[in-house]
Amino acid sequence: MNGRGILVPGPSGTPPNPPSSIPGVAKRSGWWMLCALLLLAIPTLSHAKPVTIGSKKFTESVILAEMARLALEQAKIPAQHRRELGGSRILYDAVEAGDISAYPEYTGTLRFEILADRKLPDDAALGSVLARRGLALSRPLGFSDGYALAIRADTARRYGIARLSDLARHPELTVAVSNEFVDRADGWRALSAAYGLGAIKVRGIDHDLAYRALSGGQIDVTDVYTTDAEIAAYDLVVLKDDRAFFPRYDAAFLYRRDLDPRAVAVLNGLAGRLDEAKMRELNRKVRIDGMSETDAAREALGLAAQAGQEDSRWRRLLDRTREHFALVAVALGLALVIALPLGIASARLPRLGSLVLPLTGLLQTIPSLALFVMLIPLLGIGAAPTIAALFLYSLLPIVRNTHAGLTGIAPPLLDSAEALGLSRRTRLLRIELPLALPTILAGVRTAAVIAVGLATLGAIIGAGGYGQPILTGIRLANNGLILEGAVPAAVFALVIEGAFHLFERAITPRGLRPSARR
Amino acid sequence: MYQLDAVHVSFGGVEALAPTSLSIAKGETLVLLGPSGSGKSTLLRCLIGLSPYDGTIRLDGAPVRDWRAVRRRLGYVIQEGGLFPHLSARGNVVLAAREFGWETSRIEARVMELAQLVGLDDEQLARFPAQLSGGQRQRVAMMRALMLGPDALLLDEPLSALDPVTRLRLAGELRDIFARLGMTVVMVTHSLREARFFGGRAILMRDGRIVQQGPVAELESAPADEFVAEFLAAESAL
Repeated sequence: MNGRGILVPGPSGTPPNPPSSIPGVAKRSGWWMLCALLLLAIPTLSHAKPVTIGSKKFTESVILAEMARLALEQAKIPAQHRRELGGSRILYDAVEAGDISAYPEYTGTLRFEILADRKLPDDAALGSVLARRGLALSRPLGFSDGYALAIRADTARRYGIARLSDLARHPELTVAVSNEFVDRADGWRALSAAYGLGAIKVRGIDHDLAYRALSGGQIDVTDVYTTDAEIAAYDLVVLKDDRAFFPRYDAAFLYRRDLDPRAVAVLNGLAGRLDEAKMRELNRKVRIDGMSETDAAREALGLAAQAGQEDSRWRRLLDRTREHFALVAVALGLALVIALPLGIASARLPRLGSLVLPLTGLLQTIPSLALFVMLIPLLGIGAAPTIAALFLYSLLPIVRNTHAGLTGIAPPLLDSAEALGLSRRTRLLRIELPLALPTILAGVRTAAVIAVGLATLGAIIGAGGYGQPILTGIRLANNGLILEGAVPAAVFALVIEGAFHLFERAITPRGLRPSARR
Repeated sequence: MYQLDAVHVSFGGVEALAPTSLSIAKGETLVLLGPSGSGKSTLLRCLIGLSPYDGTIRLDGAPVRDWRAVRRRLGYVIQEGGLFPHLSARGNVVLAAREFGWETSRIEARVMELAQLVGLDDEQLARFPAQLSGGQRQRVAMMRALMLGPDALLLDEPLSALDPVTRLRLAGELRDIFARLGMTVVMVTHSLREARFFGGRAILMRDGRIVQQGPVAELESAPADEFVAEFLAAESAL
């Protein structure tokens, strides 16, 4: 179910010709032009068919996907990276549906989360289950990002601890593990049984606070993910799992079996390029030193870093503005085409109105995040579900204001129009719509401003736009990046406000402007 | 011109106009008098098909079924003029002629003719309703109603919203226009003095019924009942 297919124009890509030669239809050519404009806006949203790599919304995943993209481009295979699409479930569904061709995944995640119901005994069993779903795993990249226990390097030296089994000899150590790890069936209890750590007292602690407590000396041991940037940053040592207690979370690319074999060869060619220490180092450079994921990926591939970061910031801003504008414009255009007639019909037929108005109101009450995610099964990821969501949210203000504008016209004016013997069509087009225009435009403006704000949420399902840097900024706790998305979004909303103001002035009939009064 | 046969209007069970039979002759000036809520505006709205009604209304003998088709023969003017604020005075005036496919030259000639009749100039016609005085707005409304050369003019308190000086001047001009065009005029007013001024037949209404009809002088000299006497006395006193 690739909903984007609906929006992608055919190979010819030409919009339908306006049937302007038929006099009776000539007035409708305005609608045709609107439709043609919408079609023109769409190619900016979905590109031709390069290999599409997805990534989850955390740093390591973005770096790995970026490595894949760079490696594919090195091999002259066109590739694109759809960053930070969401959690494991969204990525897995996207690769299965064909929205993306591959993404970095971990064997443990597949076994214990995504395919948990299959109760696979080991990593080897994964291959055949995936094959039946049209998927395959590339050769492992060389590191496992799983649970482990870590200790400060100096403490490790002092006590001579390098392996988990060494812990049993030091019950005096203070162990604090994340609350989740305390509770899990395969967490501390099972670990302590496997290694005979019964004598050690353990406390629960928030994972993010654990690193600070560890470096401050309040605690000695905590649980970590093996490639956490903080391990490198705080000079910690990961204790060796000498009894192979923790399941492996070997990183590899999960790809579609219909992927170009040359691309598969490139992904397999990345096998063994990384180990835990190297991955940790890359995570640290991005998360703590502020290096870009692309540069980190270049470093991992042994490519030279590219200069011109500052230039590309403007380029990025331009790209995002285009993406954001296209999302809002297409959604708003579609909403206008639907909501305007719906508002007119609701005003004309009160019974229809009493159905339509509460219904559009109901749509508005769906939490935006929920709506975005609910649309994924129908429309895939990317621009299509985002546009659909923005479209639905734009309906209410336009329908409601069209209805209010038309029903708010003074009855004597309606009587006068009817008494003149004007047809319903003339009355609507020459009298009622012009009189309702200021109210209708206010509704469209409201819809546009709301859409600009909401479109930032589209980034979580891969629609790009100003939400992308906000998302990345939140992930990296980088306020600069958050502002890089938030400020243009706010400016964009203001520009739209202003543009509508001018537009309203220009098309409001002169007799309705305040300046007409004397 | 008009023949009303048991015309009856009720809104949700409330009777706005009791079954009324009435004929209006060609060229006649008829004034509908009465207090607020007496049904005089409702009766007028029936005469141009703006109000739903039971019964039959004949125009020149033929029962009216499609009001839109006969409205071009009727002109309608309401209290504040009912001008469309988004159109200029001229835009208001020519709207119906455009709808019925008149040629530009014919429209232009007719606008000039009517402007002269009601005393408006080009500059005033270029203005929007909000930029005109109350009297000018009513003149534009008259032009709009007369544009297609109707057989009858239906006026709903056309002078009520005007100041006394303007009202007097416009009333005089309207009387001249009616006389010159010789058309059927039905005018709603609550003012006995206006009714007297325009002359012709007066119909006094109360609670949706015709109480008395005849020349105003006859109503004054021989009121049919106490209500008529009281209404006329009150109207004369204030």
